[in-house]
Amino acid sequence: MIQFILRRLLQVIPVFLGTTLLVYFMVFALPGDPIRALFGDRPPSEAVIAQLRQQYNLDEPFWVQYGLFLKNLFTFNLGVDFTGQPIADTLARVFPVTAMLAIEALVIQGVFGIAFGLVAGLRKGGIFDSSVLVLSLVVIAVPTFVLGFALQLLIGVQLGWAKPTVGSNVTWGSLILPAVVLGMVSFAYVLRLTRASVIENMNADYVRTATAKGLARRQVVTTHVLRNSLIPVITYLGASLGALMGGAIVTEAIFNVPGVGQKLYQAILRSEGPTVVAIVSVLVLVFVLANLLVDLLYAWLDPRIRYEN
Amino acid sequence: MTDFITLDPVVAPAPGKNEPVLEVRGLSVDFGVDKKWVPAAIGLNYEVRAGEVLAIVGESGSGKSASSMALLGLLPSNSRVTGSVKLAGQELLGTNEANIRAVRGKEVAVIFQEPMTALNPVYTVGAQIVETVRLHSEVSPDEARLRALRMLELVELPDPEKAFRSYPHQLSGGQRQRAMIAQSLSCDPKLLIADEPTTALDVTVQAEILDLMRNLRNKLDSAIVLITHDMGVVADLADRIAVMRRGVIVETGTAAEIFHNPQHEYTKALLAAVPHLGQGGSDAAVEVDVTAALAAATHAELTSIPEEQLLRRERENAAALAAAEAAKPQGQPVLELTDVAIEYPKQGRVPAFRAVEGANLVIYPGQVVGLVGESGSGKTTIGRAAVGLLPVAAGTMKVVGQDISAAKKNGRQLHEMRRHVGMVFQDPSSSLNPRLPIGESIGEPMFLAGVAKGVELQRRIEALLDQVELPRNYRNRYPHELSGGQKQRVGIARALSLKPKLMVADEPTSALDVSVQAKVLDLFQNLQKELGFACLFVTHDLAVVDVLADRICVMQRGRIVEQGTRDQILRNPQEPYTQRLLAAVPLPDPEKQRERRELRAQLMAADPS
Repeated sequence: MIQFILRRLLQVIPVFLGTTLLVYFMVFALPGDPIRALFGDRPPSEAVIAQLRQQYNLDEPFWVQYGLFLKNLFTFNLGVDFTGQPIADTLARVFPVTAMLAIEALVIQGVFGIAFGLVAGLRKGGIFDSSVLVLSLVVIAVPTFVLGFALQLLIGVQLGWAKPTVGSNVTWGSLILPAVVLGMVSFAYVLRLTRASVIENMNADYVRTATAKGLARRQVVTTHVLRNSLIPVITYLGASLGALMGGAIVTEAIFNVPGVGQKLYQAILRSEGPTVVAIVSVLVLVFVLANLLVDLLYAWLDPRIRYEN
Repeated sequence: MTDFITLDPVVAPAPGKNEPVLEVRGLSVDFGVDKKWVPAAIGLNYEVRAGEVLAIVGESGSGKSASSMALLGLLPSNSRVTGSVKLAGQELLGTNEANIRAVRGKEVAVIFQEPMTALNPVYTVGAQIVETVRLHSEVSPDEARLRALRMLELVELPDPEKAFRSYPHQLSGGQRQRAMIAQSLSCDPKLLIADEPTTALDVTVQAEILDLMRNLRNKLDSAIVLITHDMGVVADLADRIAVMRRGVIVETGTAAEIFHNPQHEYTKALLAAVPHLGQGGSDAAVEVDVTAALAAATHAELTSIPEEQLLRRERENAAALAAAEAAKPQGQPVLELTDVAIEYPKQGRVPAFRAVEGANLVIYPGQVVGLVGESGSGKTTIGRAAVGLLPVAAGTMKVVGQDISAAKKNGRQLHEMRRHVGMVFQDPSSSLNPRLPIGESIGEPMFLAGVAKGVELQRRIEALLDQVELPRNYRNRYPHELSGGQKQRVGIARALSLKPKLMVADEPTSALDVSVQAKVLDLFQNLQKELGFACLFVTHDLAVVDVLADRICVMQRGRIVEQGTRDQILRNPQEPYTQRLLAAVPLPDPEKQRERRELRAQLMAADPS
């Protein structure tokens, strides 16, 4: 088990190098001069530009730039961005916000998706099942930004139940509306996955055995069906955590959440290589760790899976 | 068509056990299909007393399982159950859910067919038994645990503590079934319903489970309803038998009555269709006396057979063996394995697995060689390697004169070789492409090999359908429109389409009902005689091999432990494993099975490995 975890953690190294290299290269290859773009319509003197270029190593060839970035990274020095702010500070500011948003969305989609899916699966073919299936299809079909604006208008502006935008003062309560929008699509998938899994497991032989033991239906469902049904759902939820962290750009823009998505978007616009790569690196780490967590959960839920060589 | 059959009044119940534990009257089960009620069981009447085993026998679709599940209300919601089911005088049908729940698991327990799927894979065996115990009695977790351990001990699991902590997948098939039985017995049920309890198990394991069930019946005095399709299992365990066909009990009687004096046509046909180890072979009149052969080979002394009779039977057996030795096969071998080892190649982190080691085997033209063994013995592996589906890791393998040991995967050589080899698979439903009409399935090998096309191909397909005795107009049907036996006929026709010199048949009749199996085996035998192909017949069923094979190879744990002519193996088995295997096959005859059981007990006592 320990060996498995260590092996998985070692796998982070090539994944990390590969992604940072790729992202660094893409930012490097972006057209335009980031320094000139920084000053907009009033270009500074050539001397200032040259000095700035040197300060950010922009004169060096790609491999040297990337090497310097790695060297700084391993000395825990992420450097400063083009506005002079330390990148580490930026990360420390934006990641907690997005993490809160993602966790809230994950909880919402997990709790409601599993609950709705379980009920729908147990009442297969009923009115609840049919309506939930149609609704989930609608949710999947409608793009996030449409859904986001619609909910913002309806709940935030017209009904006034929640603040339409989040702003700089981020609290768990203020993030509910964006979290609902962010988790909506995954919620639909979790629901459908749980439903299918419950239906399959309700027909399993061991459910018949449990009934033949004399267990009531509720006991059969909670102790026997649910745990078996959650195995595929957990995998999906884990994978979606990565997507929630990285995919919040649209939602963060709609609700003005000062999180990773917004920052990443600005950094790409400014061709700020170091910032983009730093954010993406952390996202990669989160993604890999989330998947490791899923694998461990998986083994806990299903004893047939054991990670021993 | 209600068919009330009164139970034979001659069957006197054992003294002091007059009251039946279970009394079933006019039990009918219907399933709602497309808004119509389709009957699965019609007007069943039977009763079971304490300490008695009632076997309900029938083929698939006879309603034996559905009617038994109906006793406890375990059928899906689209079913309707009418009639009366009384457990110790208490009516079960129509009582409320809470009442029936109190009966389930406590008064009436069920043992299911496939213990791997019938136990929940995510909980330990112990947890599942404890759950049952605590559900029906107010005991502390510790007491329940002790009870569960006692049960696991009762079912003769070697290490109850370990079994208690194990998950179902960590136990072997037989151990799992023992755990399942332990769970069912944990609340001292009055009635035990065993639904095909040994069908998923190997014969030697089956024999052990049957022994266990017999011991338990004597110890616990519960009534047992045994649902099975296997006449051998019935002969081994049943006191009384009810034969079911198409939802109706066609005949009931004591085991002796049913086996020796069957009244109903169907019972007679069913008994005739059961392959009977020792009765196969070219000369069906001469039956191999396997019990005598085993007794001679192991020097066992049996109390159930008079010594004189046993000696005479042993002498007859020896004489028949000498006669059979005379004939020897000739010609160039069709399949020749010399010290062959076969490996499943390594996949990523999973290392290569050597499934067969040091196999020597020769098949001459026109010869049928039966490859017998239990699950995991490597028999299927040899079959697959013979058609080039698995690489040969060591030794040489010659198929139809060509050495394919070093052939490249999917190379030209294997492609050539496969033209001379046909293969029939175990599951006819999954080995035919569901989207192809069966005519195309049959014709595909010929088309791909470029042997025939157009009108000629169509003519050949029709000829093959004639050969396997299917109507020509079936050619446009799809596999799901055919019965299991018909599908296997298609499988055989496809294997024959290139006129192979060698046929590899991998458990071709295991998925079929006995009466269908008998017909398919008969057809196969006729075709083999007519076309003269050599055949490697892979099976777990010794009785089937006995019907078909000229030679028999016995495999155990990846090695061929014994091989010889059919007579050598059946009449003079030398290896302890072969002897155990032969002794474990239950005979569809209660008296002969009693002799066999004694013999097996002695074998196991002499060599308990």
